[in-house]
Amino acid sequence: MDFLRPASWEEALAAKAEHPTAVPIAGGTDVMVEINFDHRRPEYLLDLNRIELLREWEVGEENVRLGASVPYTQIMENLRAELPGLALASHTVASPQIRNRGGVGGNLGTASPAGDAHPALLAAGAEVEVESVRGSRFIPIDEFYTGVKRNALQPDELIKTVHVKKADGPQQYSKVGTRNAMVIAVCAFGLALHPETRTVRTGIGSAAPTPIRAKEAESFLNAALEEGGFWDNGKIITPSIAKQFADLCSGAANPIDDVRGTAKYRRHAVGIMARRQLGWTWEQYRGTGRPLEGAA
Amino acid sequence: MTMRVNFTVNGRPQEADDVWEGESLLYVLRERLGLPGSKNACEQGECGSCTVRLDGVPVCSCLVAAGQAEGREVVTVEGLADYAKQRAEHGGCASGACGTSIDSAKKWEAKPQDSQTGEGVELSPIQQAFIDAGAVQCGFCTPGLLVAADEMLERNPSPTDADIREALSGNLCRCTGYEKILDAVRLAAARQERQGEAV
Repeated sequence: MDFLRPASWEEALAAKAEHPTAVPIAGGTDVMVEINFDHRRPEYLLDLNRIELLREWEVGEENVRLGASVPYTQIMENLRAELPGLALASHTVASPQIRNRGGVGGNLGTASPAGDAHPALLAAGAEVEVESVRGSRFIPIDEFYTGVKRNALQPDELIKTVHVKKADGPQQYSKVGTRNAMVIAVCAFGLALHPETRTVRTGIGSAAPTPIRAKEAESFLNAALEEGGFWDNGKIITPSIAKQFADLCSGAANPIDDVRGTAKYRRHAVGIMARRQLGWTWEQYRGTGRPLEGAA
Repeated sequence: MTMRVNFTVNGRPQEADDVWEGESLLYVLRERLGLPGSKNACEQGECGSCTVRLDGVPVCSCLVAAGQAEGREVVTVEGLADYAKQRAEHGGCASGACGTSIDSAKKWEAKPQDSQTGEGVELSPIQQAFIDAGAVQCGFCTPGLLVAADEMLERNPSPTDADIREALSGNLCRCTGYEKILDAVRLAAARQERQGEAV
Protein backbone atom coordinates (compact mmCIF):
# COMPACT_ATOMS: atom_id res chain seq x y z
CA MET A 1 0.00 0.00 0.00
CA ASP A 2 1.11 3.55 -0.66
CA PHE A 3 -0.02 6.63 1.23
CA LEU A 4 -0.38 9.65 -1.04
CA ARG A 5 -0.41 13.02 0.69
CA PRO A 6 -1.22 15.76 -1.80
CA ALA A 7 -0.75 19.24 -0.34
CA SER A 8 -3.09 20.92 -2.82
CA TRP A 9 -6.19 20.15 -4.85
CA GLU A 10 -4.18 20.18 -8.07
CA GLU A 11 -1.78 17.63 -6.64
CA ALA A 12 -4.70 15.49 -5.55
CA LEU A 13 -6.19 15.52 -9.06
CA ALA A 14 -2.81 14.65 -10.55
CA ALA A 15 -2.39 11.77 -8.10
CA LYS A 16 -5.88 10.44 -8.86
CA ALA A 17 -5.16 10.65 -12.60
CA GLU A 18 -1.93 8.76 -12.17
CA HIS A 19 -3.45 6.18 -9.81
CA PRO A 20 -7.16 5.81 -10.65
CA THR A 21 -7.48 2.92 -8.18
CA ALA A 22 -6.40 5.17 -5.30
CA VAL A 23 -9.02 5.29 -2.56
CA PRO A 24 -9.66 8.83 -1.32
CA ILE A 25 -9.70 9.12 2.46
CA ALA A 26 -10.95 12.22 4.27
CA GLY A 27 -12.75 11.59 7.58
CA GLY A 28 -11.87 7.92 7.29
CA THR A 29 -15.08 6.82 8.96
CA ASP A 30 -15.93 4.41 6.12
CA VAL A 31 -12.52 3.65 4.62
CA MET A 32 -10.73 2.88 7.88
CA VAL A 33 -13.45 0.46 8.98
CA GLU A 34 -12.90 -1.52 5.80
CA ILE A 35 -9.14 -1.49 6.26
CA ASN A 36 -9.31 -2.39 9.97
CA PHE A 37 -11.51 -5.36 9.14
CA ASP A 38 -9.36 -6.40 6.20
CA HIS A 39 -12.28 -6.00 3.83
CA ARG A 40 -10.23 -3.79 1.64
CA ARG A 41 -6.53 -3.45 0.85
CA PRO A 42 -6.29 -0.54 -1.57
CA GLU A 43 -3.06 -0.16 -3.49
CA TYR A 44 -3.08 3.56 -2.72
CA LEU A 45 -4.71 5.70 -0.06
CA LEU A 46 -5.19 9.29 -1.17
CA ASP A 47 -5.31 11.50 1.93
CA LEU A 48 -7.44 14.61 1.39
CA ASN A 49 -7.03 16.03 4.92
CA ARG A 50 -4.42 18.57 3.96
CA ILE A 51 -6.55 20.19 1.28
CA GLU A 52 -8.04 23.25 2.91
CA LEU A 53 -10.56 24.10 0.22
CA LEU A 54 -12.41 20.86 0.87
CA ARG A 55 -13.09 22.00 4.44
CA GLU A 56 -14.51 25.39 3.46
CA TRP A 57 -18.07 26.45 2.78
CA GLU A 58 -19.60 29.58 1.35
CA VAL A 59 -23.17 30.81 1.47
CA GLY A 60 -24.14 32.29 -1.89
CA GLU A 61 -27.30 33.85 -3.27
CA GLU A 62 -29.04 30.60 -4.12
CA ASN A 63 -26.71 27.84 -3.01
CA VAL A 64 -24.41 26.83 -0.26
CA ARG A 65 -21.11 25.69 -1.67
CA LEU A 66 -20.18 22.97 0.75
CA GLY A 67 -16.64 21.59 0.60
CA ALA A 68 -16.64 17.80 0.39
CA SER A 69 -14.85 17.36 3.74
CA VAL A 70 -16.73 19.91 5.84
CA PRO A 71 -17.46 17.82 8.95
CA TYR A 72 -21.06 17.18 9.95
CA THR A 73 -20.42 19.03 13.21
CA GLN A 74 -19.74 22.21 11.24
CA ILE A 75 -22.91 21.77 9.18
CA MET A 76 -24.97 21.38 12.36
CA GLU A 77 -23.39 24.41 13.99
CA ASN A 78 -23.09 26.81 11.08
CA LEU A 79 -25.60 25.98 8.36
CA ARG A 80 -28.80 25.24 10.26
CA ALA A 81 -30.62 28.24 8.79
CA GLU A 82 -29.52 27.73 5.19
CA LEU A 83 -29.65 23.93 5.12
CA PRO A 84 -32.10 22.86 7.84
CA GLY A 85 -32.76 19.42 6.37
CA LEU A 86 -29.07 18.61 6.00
CA ALA A 87 -28.35 19.99 9.48
CA LEU A 88 -30.99 17.68 10.95
CA ALA A 89 -29.61 14.76 8.96
CA SER A 90 -26.08 15.61 10.12
CA HIS A 91 -27.22 15.45 13.71
CA THR A 92 -28.36 11.85 13.21
CA VAL A 93 -24.95 10.74 11.97
CA ALA A 94 -23.37 8.30 14.42
CA SER A 95 -21.73 10.17 17.32
CA PRO A 96 -19.84 13.40 18.03
CA GLN A 97 -16.52 11.71 17.32
CA ILE A 98 -17.72 10.57 13.91
CA ARG A 99 -19.43 13.88 13.08
CA ASN A 100 -16.15 15.64 13.84
CA ARG A 101 -14.49 13.70 11.02
CA GLY A 102 -17.07 12.63 8.47
CA GLY A 103 -18.57 14.87 5.81
CA VAL A 104 -21.00 14.85 2.90
CA GLY A 105 -18.28 14.11 0.34
CA GLY A 106 -17.64 10.79 2.03
CA ASN A 107 -21.34 9.95 2.12
CA LEU A 108 -21.50 10.63 -1.62
CA GLY A 109 -18.29 8.75 -2.35
CA THR A 110 -19.47 5.68 -0.48
CA ALA A 111 -22.97 6.10 -1.95
CA SER A 112 -24.52 3.67 0.49
CA PRO A 113 -28.32 3.72 0.27
CA ALA A 114 -28.21 4.23 4.06
CA GLY A 115 -26.02 7.35 3.98
CA ASP A 116 -27.70 9.91 6.23
CA ALA A 117 -27.09 12.97 4.05
CA HIS A 118 -28.71 11.63 0.88
CA PRO A 119 -32.43 12.17 1.61
CA ALA A 120 -31.72 15.73 2.74
CA LEU A 121 -29.71 16.49 -0.40
CA LEU A 122 -32.40 15.00 -2.64
CA ALA A 123 -35.15 17.01 -0.92
CA ALA A 124 -33.25 20.30 -0.88
CA GLY A 125 -31.93 19.95 -4.40
CA ALA A 126 -28.19 19.77 -5.01
CA GLU A 127 -25.46 19.37 -7.56
CA VAL A 128 -22.20 17.58 -6.99
CA GLU A 129 -19.15 19.31 -8.44
CA VAL A 130 -16.55 16.74 -9.38
CA GLU A 131 -13.19 17.36 -10.97
CA SER A 132 -10.34 15.56 -12.65
CA VAL A 133 -7.28 16.72 -14.57
CA ARG A 134 -9.62 16.66 -17.59
CA GLY A 135 -11.85 19.33 -16.12
CA SER A 136 -14.82 19.72 -13.83
CA ARG A 137 -18.51 18.92 -14.16
CA PHE A 138 -21.69 19.29 -12.14
CA ILE A 139 -23.73 16.14 -11.53
CA PRO A 140 -27.36 16.70 -10.46
CA ILE A 141 -27.98 14.83 -7.22
CA ASP A 142 -30.77 12.81 -8.90
CA GLU A 143 -28.24 11.39 -11.34
CA PHE A 144 -25.44 10.85 -8.86
CA TYR A 145 -26.50 7.53 -7.33
CA THR A 146 -26.25 4.77 -9.92
CA GLY A 147 -26.54 1.57 -7.85
CA VAL A 148 -25.90 0.03 -4.46
CA LYS A 149 -22.71 1.80 -3.33
CA ARG A 150 -22.17 3.06 -6.85
CA ASN A 151 -22.05 6.62 -8.07
CA ALA A 152 -21.52 8.59 -11.26
CA LEU A 153 -17.84 9.36 -10.60
CA GLN A 154 -15.23 8.42 -13.18
CA PRO A 155 -12.13 6.66 -11.81
CA ASP A 156 -10.00 9.79 -12.15
CA GLU A 157 -12.52 12.15 -10.58
CA LEU A 158 -12.74 13.50 -7.05
CA ILE A 159 -15.67 15.17 -5.31
CA LYS A 160 -14.87 18.81 -4.71
CA THR A 161 -17.97 20.74 -3.67
CA VAL A 162 -21.62 19.98 -3.05
CA HIS A 163 -23.80 22.85 -4.17
CA VAL A 164 -26.95 22.61 -2.07
CA LYS A 165 -29.91 24.89 -2.69
CA LYS A 166 -30.55 27.22 0.22
CA ALA A 167 -33.84 26.51 1.93
CA ASP A 168 -36.69 28.74 0.74
CA GLY A 169 -39.15 27.05 3.09
CA PRO A 170 -39.40 24.52 5.92
CA GLN A 171 -37.49 21.26 5.71
CA GLN A 172 -37.61 18.12 7.79
CA TYR A 173 -35.66 14.92 8.16
CA SER A 174 -36.15 11.77 10.18
CA LYS A 175 -34.46 8.46 10.53
CA VAL A 176 -35.68 5.20 12.00
CA GLY A 177 -33.26 3.26 14.19
CA THR A 178 -33.01 1.44 17.48
CA ARG A 179 -31.41 4.30 19.38
CA ASN A 180 -30.55 7.95 18.89
CA ALA A 181 -26.80 7.60 18.36
CA MET A 182 -24.62 5.19 16.42
CA VAL A 183 -27.36 3.87 14.22
CA ILE A 184 -27.35 2.90 10.57
CA ALA A 185 -30.74 3.96 9.28
CA VAL A 186 -33.41 1.28 9.02
CA CYS A 187 -34.90 3.87 6.71
CA ALA A 188 -34.90 7.64 6.48
CA PHE A 189 -36.97 10.36 4.91
CA GLY A 190 -36.46 14.01 4.07
CA LEU A 191 -38.97 16.60 2.92
CA ALA A 192 -38.48 20.15 1.71
CA LEU A 193 -41.18 22.68 0.90
CA HIS A 194 -40.16 25.12 -1.81
CA PRO A 195 -42.70 27.97 -1.60
CA GLU A 196 -40.86 30.03 -4.24
CA THR A 197 -41.59 27.45 -6.90
CA ARG A 198 -44.63 26.06 -5.08
CA THR A 199 -43.18 22.59 -5.15
CA VAL A 200 -42.19 19.94 -2.67
CA ARG A 201 -39.25 17.56 -2.89
CA THR A 202 -38.61 14.32 -1.05
CA GLY A 203 -35.73 12.00 -0.33
CA ILE A 204 -35.89 8.38 0.81
CA GLY A 205 -32.93 6.57 2.32
CA SER A 206 -32.27 2.90 3.01
CA ALA A 207 -35.44 1.75 1.31
CA ALA A 208 -34.27 1.12 -2.26
CA PRO A 209 -30.99 0.14 -3.96
CA THR A 210 -30.07 3.84 -4.05
CA PRO A 211 -31.34 6.94 -2.29
CA ILE A 212 -34.39 8.07 -4.27
CA ARG A 213 -37.04 10.74 -4.55
CA ALA A 214 -40.71 9.82 -4.40
CA LYS A 215 -41.47 11.65 -7.61
CA GLU A 216 -45.06 10.50 -8.04
CA ALA A 217 -45.81 11.57 -4.50
CA GLU A 218 -44.24 14.96 -5.18
CA SER A 219 -46.29 15.44 -8.38
CA PHE A 220 -49.47 14.45 -6.61
CA LEU A 221 -48.85 16.83 -3.72
CA ASN A 222 -47.77 19.68 -6.00
CA ALA A 223 -51.03 19.36 -7.93
CA ALA A 224 -53.19 18.94 -4.83
CA LEU A 225 -51.66 21.99 -3.11
CA GLU A 226 -52.07 24.09 -6.25
CA GLU A 227 -55.62 22.94 -6.88
CA GLY A 228 -56.72 23.64 -3.32
CA GLY A 229 -54.99 27.02 -3.26
CA PHE A 230 -53.12 25.85 -0.16
CA TRP A 231 -49.96 27.88 -0.81
CA ASP A 232 -52.09 31.04 -0.70
CA ASN A 233 -54.79 30.26 1.81
CA GLY A 234 -52.46 28.43 4.21
CA LYS A 235 -55.22 26.04 5.20
CA ILE A 236 -54.54 22.76 6.93
CA ILE A 237 -53.83 20.04 4.40
CA THR A 238 -56.74 17.62 4.41
CA PRO A 239 -56.11 14.15 5.85
CA SER A 240 -56.99 12.53 2.56
CA ILE A 241 -54.28 14.47 0.71
CA ALA A 242 -51.76 13.67 3.43
CA LYS A 243 -52.70 10.00 3.32
CA GLN A 244 -52.42 9.81 -0.44
CA PHE A 245 -49.01 11.51 -0.28
CA ALA A 246 -47.83 9.07 2.39
CA ASP A 247 -49.10 6.08 0.42
CA LEU A 248 -47.30 7.25 -2.71
CA CYS A 249 -44.07 7.72 -0.74
CA SER A 250 -44.44 4.19 0.61
CA GLY A 251 -45.05 2.97 -2.90
CA ALA A 252 -41.91 4.67 -4.20
CA ALA A 253 -39.79 2.66 -1.78
CA ASN A 254 -38.34 -0.57 -3.05
CA PRO A 255 -36.80 -2.01 0.10
CA ILE A 256 -35.37 -5.39 1.03
CA ASP A 257 -35.50 -7.56 4.15
CA ASP A 258 -32.22 -7.45 6.03
CA VAL A 259 -30.84 -7.57 9.56
CA ARG A 260 -32.00 -4.03 10.30
CA GLY A 261 -35.61 -4.45 9.24
CA THR A 262 -38.07 -6.02 6.87
CA ALA A 263 -39.15 -4.58 3.55
CA LYS A 264 -42.71 -4.38 4.84
CA TYR A 265 -41.69 -2.41 7.91
CA ARG A 266 -39.54 -0.04 5.88
CA ARG A 267 -42.32 0.70 3.42
CA HIS A 268 -44.71 1.33 6.29
CA ALA A 269 -42.24 3.57 8.16
CA VAL A 270 -41.49 5.65 5.07
CA GLY A 271 -45.20 6.42 4.78
CA ILE A 272 -45.46 7.38 8.44
CA MET A 273 -42.44 9.67 8.23
CA ALA A 274 -43.78 11.27 5.06
CA ARG A 275 -47.15 12.02 6.63
CA ARG A 276 -45.65 13.39 9.83
CA GLN A 277 -43.10 15.55 8.06
CA LEU A 278 -45.75 16.97 5.78
CA GLY A 279 -47.65 17.94 8.91
CA TRP A 280 -44.61 19.46 10.62
CA THR A 281 -43.37 21.41 7.62
CA TRP A 282 -46.83 22.61 6.67
CA GLU A 283 -47.51 23.85 10.19
CA GLN A 284 -44.26 25.77 9.99
CA TYR A 285 -45.17 27.18 6.60
CA ARG A 286 -48.51 28.33 7.93
CA GLY A 287 -46.54 30.36 10.43
CA THR A 288 -47.75 28.78 13.59
CA GLY A 289 -44.14 28.90 14.64
CA ARG A 290 -43.64 25.24 15.32
CA PRO A 291 -39.90 24.96 15.87
CA LEU A 292 -37.78 22.46 14.01
CA GLU A 293 -37.58 19.34 16.06
CA GLY A 294 -34.81 16.81 16.19
CA ALA A 295 -35.20 13.77 14.07
CA ALA A 296 -36.94 10.82 15.67
CA MET B 1 6.46 -0.28 2.30
CA THR B 2 6.30 1.68 5.48
CA MET B 3 6.53 5.30 6.43
CA ARG B 4 7.55 7.62 9.21
CA VAL B 5 5.01 9.81 10.98
CA ASN B 6 5.96 12.95 12.89
CA PHE B 7 3.37 14.42 15.15
CA THR B 8 2.83 15.91 18.57
CA VAL B 9 1.55 13.67 21.33
CA ASN B 10 0.55 15.21 24.65
CA GLY B 11 2.47 18.36 23.90
CA ARG B 12 5.74 16.70 22.85
CA PRO B 13 7.00 15.97 19.34
CA GLN B 14 7.11 12.28 18.52
CA GLU B 15 8.27 10.18 15.64
CA ALA B 16 6.87 6.80 14.74
CA ASP B 17 8.81 4.60 12.35
CA ASP B 18 7.93 1.59 10.23
CA VAL B 19 4.30 2.63 10.11
CA TRP B 20 2.25 0.61 7.64
CA GLU B 21 0.19 2.85 5.34
CA GLY B 22 -3.14 1.35 6.37
CA GLU B 23 -2.35 1.57 10.05
CA SER B 24 -4.61 3.54 12.38
CA LEU B 25 -3.52 6.31 14.71
CA LEU B 26 -4.74 4.07 17.55
CA TYR B 27 -2.30 1.33 16.58
CA VAL B 28 0.57 3.80 16.38
CA LEU B 29 -0.23 5.19 19.82
CA ARG B 30 -0.55 1.79 21.46
CA GLU B 31 1.95 -0.39 19.67
CA ARG B 32 4.62 2.00 18.42
CA LEU B 33 4.65 4.70 21.08
CA GLY B 34 3.76 2.44 24.00
CA LEU B 35 0.68 4.40 25.08
CA PRO B 36 -2.02 1.78 25.73
CA GLY B 37 -4.40 4.18 27.49
CA SER B 38 -6.52 4.59 24.37
CA LYS B 39 -8.35 1.29 24.12
CA ASN B 40 -8.85 -0.92 21.11
CA ALA B 41 -12.30 -2.46 21.07
CA CYS B 42 -14.61 -2.24 18.07
CA GLU B 43 -12.23 -0.79 15.47
CA GLN B 44 -15.21 0.69 13.65
CA GLY B 45 -16.02 3.88 15.51
CA GLU B 46 -18.95 2.41 17.42
CA CYS B 47 -17.60 2.31 20.95
CA GLY B 48 -15.51 5.45 21.47
CA SER B 49 -12.98 3.70 23.72
CA CYS B 50 -10.14 4.90 21.46
CA THR B 51 -11.21 8.57 21.66
CA VAL B 52 -8.34 11.06 21.54
CA ARG B 53 -8.16 14.72 20.62
CA LEU B 54 -6.80 15.49 17.18
CA ASP B 55 -5.98 19.17 16.91
CA GLY B 56 -8.32 19.64 19.85
CA VAL B 57 -11.25 17.73 18.36
CA PRO B 58 -12.44 14.41 19.83
CA VAL B 59 -12.14 11.63 17.27
CA CYS B 60 -12.01 7.86 17.19
CA SER B 61 -8.31 7.21 16.72
CA CYS B 62 -9.10 3.82 15.17
CA LEU B 63 -10.60 5.67 12.18
CA VAL B 64 -7.75 8.11 11.63
CA ALA B 65 -5.09 6.79 9.27
CA ALA B 66 -1.71 7.21 10.91
CA GLY B 67 -0.46 9.25 7.99
CA GLN B 68 -3.29 11.70 8.50
CA ALA B 69 -1.84 12.60 11.91
CA GLU B 70 1.37 13.89 10.31
CA GLY B 71 2.17 17.32 11.73
CA ARG B 72 -0.88 17.37 13.97
CA GLU B 73 -1.46 17.45 17.70
CA VAL B 74 -2.85 14.50 19.60
CA VAL B 75 -3.88 14.38 23.24
CA THR B 76 -4.41 10.97 24.79
CA VAL B 77 -5.77 10.03 28.19
CA GLU B 78 -2.17 9.73 29.46
CA GLY B 79 -1.70 13.45 28.87
CA LEU B 80 -5.11 14.52 30.07
CA ALA B 81 -4.07 15.54 33.58
CA ASP B 82 -1.34 17.82 32.29
CA TYR B 83 -3.56 19.11 29.50
CA ALA B 84 -6.27 20.06 32.00
CA LYS B 85 -3.70 21.64 34.30
CA GLN B 86 -2.23 23.79 31.55
CA ARG B 87 -5.70 24.82 30.47
CA ALA B 88 -6.60 25.85 34.00
CA GLU B 89 -3.37 27.75 34.57
CA HIS B 90 -2.54 29.27 31.22
CA GLY B 91 -5.58 28.63 29.09
CA GLY B 92 -3.56 26.17 27.04
CA CYS B 93 0.01 25.52 26.09
CA ALA B 94 2.27 26.04 23.10
CA SER B 95 3.44 22.83 21.54
CA GLY B 96 6.57 21.48 23.18
CA ALA B 97 6.64 24.13 25.90
CA CYS B 98 4.86 21.90 28.35
CA GLY B 99 3.10 18.58 27.99
CA THR B 100 3.81 15.05 29.08
CA SER B 101 6.97 13.27 28.01
CA ILE B 102 6.59 9.90 26.37
CA ASP B 103 8.32 8.22 29.29
CA SER B 104 6.10 9.69 31.94
CA ALA B 105 3.07 9.07 29.70
CA LYS B 106 4.07 5.42 29.42
CA LYS B 107 4.40 5.18 33.16
CA TRP B 108 1.27 7.15 33.90
CA GLU B 109 -1.23 5.27 35.98
CA ALA B 110 -4.38 6.37 37.69
CA LYS B 111 -2.96 4.73 40.76
CA PRO B 112 -3.32 7.07 43.65
CA GLN B 113 -1.64 6.25 46.94
CA ASP B 114 -5.08 6.08 48.34
CA SER B 115 -7.15 4.46 45.68
CA GLN B 116 -10.38 5.73 47.19
CA THR B 117 -9.58 9.41 47.23
CA GLY B 118 -7.13 9.80 44.38
CA GLU B 119 -4.67 11.57 46.63
CA GLY B 120 -1.02 11.35 45.78
CA VAL B 121 -1.20 11.40 42.01
CA GLU B 122 -2.03 14.20 39.68
CA LEU B 123 -5.41 13.70 38.08
CA SER B 124 -7.47 15.94 35.87
CA PRO B 125 -10.71 17.13 37.47
CA ILE B 126 -12.74 14.75 35.32
CA GLN B 127 -10.55 11.81 36.35
CA GLN B 128 -10.95 12.74 40.01
CA ALA B 129 -14.70 13.03 39.54
CA PHE B 130 -14.87 9.56 37.95
CA ILE B 131 -13.13 8.12 41.02
CA ASP B 132 -15.25 10.07 43.47
CA ALA B 133 -18.52 9.15 41.78
CA GLY B 134 -17.62 5.48 41.36
CA ALA B 135 -17.92 5.77 37.60
CA VAL B 136 -15.25 3.19 36.86
CA GLN B 137 -15.97 -0.51 36.87
CA CYS B 138 -13.96 -2.64 34.46
CA GLY B 139 -12.35 0.55 33.20
CA PHE B 140 -12.14 -0.32 29.54
CA CYS B 141 -14.42 2.49 28.35
CA THR B 142 -13.05 4.98 30.87
CA PRO B 143 -10.19 6.55 28.88
CA GLY B 144 -12.46 7.36 25.95
CA LEU B 145 -15.16 8.72 28.23
CA LEU B 146 -12.64 10.89 30.07
CA VAL B 147 -11.32 12.46 26.88
CA ALA B 148 -14.84 13.05 25.53
CA ALA B 149 -16.19 14.40 28.82
CA ASP B 150 -13.19 16.66 29.40
CA GLU B 151 -13.61 18.20 25.96
CA MET B 152 -17.30 18.83 26.56
CA LEU B 153 -16.59 20.57 29.88
CA GLU B 154 -13.99 22.73 28.16
CA ARG B 155 -16.53 23.79 25.53
CA ASN B 156 -19.59 23.82 27.71
CA PRO B 157 -18.85 24.47 31.39
CA SER B 158 -22.49 24.21 32.49
CA PRO B 159 -23.91 21.27 30.58
CA THR B 160 -27.48 20.09 30.93
CA ASP B 161 -28.13 16.38 31.29
CA ALA B 162 -29.10 16.35 27.63
CA ASP B 163 -25.77 17.98 26.71
CA ILE B 164 -23.88 15.33 28.69
CA ARG B 165 -25.80 12.48 27.08
CA GLU B 166 -25.22 13.92 23.66
CA ALA B 167 -21.50 14.47 24.23
CA LEU B 168 -21.05 10.92 25.51
CA SER B 169 -23.38 9.26 23.01
CA GLY B 170 -20.41 7.88 21.07
CA ASN B 171 -18.92 6.08 24.08
CA LEU B 172 -20.23 2.69 25.09
CA CYS B 173 -19.96 1.30 28.60
CA ARG B 174 -21.12 -2.24 29.29
CA CYS B 175 -20.78 -2.20 33.09
CA THR B 176 -22.11 0.88 34.76
CA GLY B 177 -25.48 1.54 33.24
CA TYR B 178 -24.12 5.06 32.72
CA GLU B 179 -25.73 6.62 35.78
CA LYS B 180 -22.48 6.86 37.73
CA ILE B 181 -20.76 8.24 34.65
CA LEU B 182 -23.39 10.96 34.37
CA ASP B 183 -22.94 11.63 38.10
CA ALA B 184 -19.20 12.01 37.57
CA VAL B 185 -19.58 14.50 34.76
CA ARG B 186 -22.14 16.51 36.75
CA LEU B 187 -19.74 16.48 39.69
CA ALA B 188 -16.83 17.69 37.57
CA ALA B 189 -19.02 20.43 36.09
CA ALA B 190 -20.18 21.57 39.52
CA ARG B 191 -16.62 21.65 40.85
CA GLN B 192 -15.43 23.53 37.79
CA GLU B 193 -18.21 26.05 38.30
CA ARG B 194 -17.31 26.51 41.97
CA GLN B 195 -13.68 26.97 41.07
CA GLY B 196 -14.67 29.58 38.49
CA GLU B 197 -16.61 31.49 41.14
CA ALA B 198 -13.73 31.33 43.61
CA VAL B 199 -11.33 32.92 41.11
